[in-house]
Amino acid sequence: MSTSTAPTEAPAEQVAASTAPPRKVRGRGERSRAASLASHGVLTLASLVALFPVAWLVYLSLGPDKNDYLHPGRIWSKMTFDNYAFVLQDTNFFDWLKSSLIVSLGTTVIGVMVAATTGYAVSRMRFPGYKKLMWVLLVTQMFPIAVLIVPMYQILSKLQLIDNYFGLILVYCSTAVPYCAWLLKGYFDTIPFEIDEAGRVDGLTPFGTFFRLILPLARPGLAVAGFYSFITAFGEVAFASTFMLSDTKYTFAVGLQSFVSEHDAQRNLMAATAVLVAIPVSAFFYLVQKNLVTGLTAGGTKG
Amino acid sequence: MTVAIDRATGKRRGDRTPRPGLGRRLKDGYQKHWYAYAMIAPVAVVIGVLVLYPLGYGLYLTLTDANSLNSARTIGVNEIEATYKFVGLDNYADILWGPTAYDRFWSHFIWTIVWTAVCVGLHFFIGLGLALLLNQKLRGRTFYRLILVLPWAVPTFVTVFGWRFMLADQGIINSALDWLHLPTPAWLEDTFWQRFSAIMVNTWCGVPFMMVSLLGGLQSIDNSLYEASEMDGANAWQRFRYVTLPGLRSVSSTVVLLGIIWTFNQFAVIFLLFGNTAPDAQILVTWAYQLGFGQQPRDFAQSAAYGILLLAILIVFTSFYRRWLNRNEQQLAN
Repeated sequence: MSTSTAPTEAPAEQVAASTAPPRKVRGRGERSRAASLASHGVLTLASLVALFPVAWLVYLSLGPDKNDYLHPGRIWSKMTFDNYAFVLQDTNFFDWLKSSLIVSLGTTVIGVMVAATTGYAVSRMRFPGYKKLMWVLLVTQMFPIAVLIVPMYQILSKLQLIDNYFGLILVYCSTAVPYCAWLLKGYFDTIPFEIDEAGRVDGLTPFGTFFRLILPLARPGLAVAGFYSFITAFGEVAFASTFMLSDTKYTFAVGLQSFVSEHDAQRNLMAATAVLVAIPVSAFFYLVQKNLVTGLTAGGTKG
Repeated sequence: MTVAIDRATGKRRGDRTPRPGLGRRLKDGYQKHWYAYAMIAPVAVVIGVLVLYPLGYGLYLTLTDANSLNSARTIGVNEIEATYKFVGLDNYADILWGPTAYDRFWSHFIWTIVWTAVCVGLHFFIGLGLALLLNQKLRGRTFYRLILVLPWAVPTFVTVFGWRFMLADQGIINSALDWLHLPTPAWLEDTFWQRFSAIMVNTWCGVPFMMVSLLGGLQSIDNSLYEASEMDGANAWQRFRYVTLPGLRSVSSTVVLLGIIWTFNQFAVIFLLFGNTAPDAQILVTWAYQLGFGQQPRDFAQSAAYGILLLAILIVFTSFYRRWLNRNEQQLAN
């Protein structure tokens, strides 16, 4: 409700003034002071709840001792960036960064490239098997990791791809590719069909229309699909912790767990690493979050 | 050959009147649709090789007694051949009505259903409430929105560790409760509180997605509908009931379906929150993972069988859900 309320307010006030004792009549979209306060109250509370666990993690990461999370009051007096220095210099942080980036970017590139044409085909063309394909794309969203993880493990170990970046990328593609196709269909649906018609009238083949006209227009959609598969691959835990065995090849999701072993829990280092991972990812996320939802729900509502 | 735009011209399959013979139809179909098939080929290959083949292989595994002791493996330089054998449907029978069926499958099944229902319910209602608040004219609403999206922006594996610090025995939550002279539950040890914490953390993680999606839905509702209903004397509740809710229909049916699928299969939250320490708080997905990879010997066959059962549950559910949606839509149209 973003329309201005001024025009509707004036006549309402006159009517009210003529019939009843002078009383403030509210226009559309305006609320009483109490309702406004209540809204602010609820939103502030919700914001605090949303913010607190993350802020707490940041705060704990400044405490030098590994048990500081149990008596946080003591951190105030001895705040230090030592944890960060240690994580960056003396752990496998950069190895993990490298693995995470290789795996996530690999998944993103393959996912988007392979999925783009399909997204276009399902958006524009009706062919026998169309419904089945849409159904398959939806069903792949439902695969619990338990269905694929055992067979994948066996297949990959036969191919010697366990503890191998490429193996993990392949595994992630099984979810990323259908997902990107789904997202991209939603985005292509928002590009007017007249553009395709114009291209066809000018003598382009469907492929030509797709590559020369639609792909350049769909750049934001491609970015969203790419970002989504990046995030999904980046945050995946189960496959990564099963298929990556050597600690220099861990992704962050696995590496972070390695701070807590049975004997020793270096929670301060864990907190620092978590913050180092979370900040760039969240920053990036904020740039695209609005588009994410459009892409995601558009695909579903029209499917 | 206007395949690329036949949707725009409104042509449908079935508009053709005479029905030619099969050979002719195949040839026509090929000529008419080969562009489409060429374009979906890459995804078809990926799905075939990376999804259907492992699925078929997994299906086969569920019919054997494969575990990590009798599967093909390499120890040093020795290659050991697989020695597992075919056992038919024994695994399923064992899971569903074997002597340990209740302990292992049905108790987790019930908890998984409760988990999914409660989580998605909380996601949806909290998300809807916040979206309605954010959809008002309100000072600082962009700011609120940015903060409220935060739980979604931070990778799950990071936030779950943050929660683990907070929920620890003497962590901040219990310290605060203690300071208020309230009881301090053992969040990560006691079964009930484990489940409670898992739902709490997952709710925290999942609300932003619902909120942002529903906010998008709210903003797409035509404002004149509200004006018209107000002219007709509808009060706030009636406007919500007869304008807002129907306007959100398509968005909410999608996000609820996605939410159910994601929550049902939610692995990271429970796995990272408890590891192997909470057998009773495991949902089916994490339980299946534990059977396959969290114990020795690894029980590949049972784990895969759980996986197939999970997939079957979801597919059946989704088919009914979509049919139900379609029926409701037709009722609305009449």
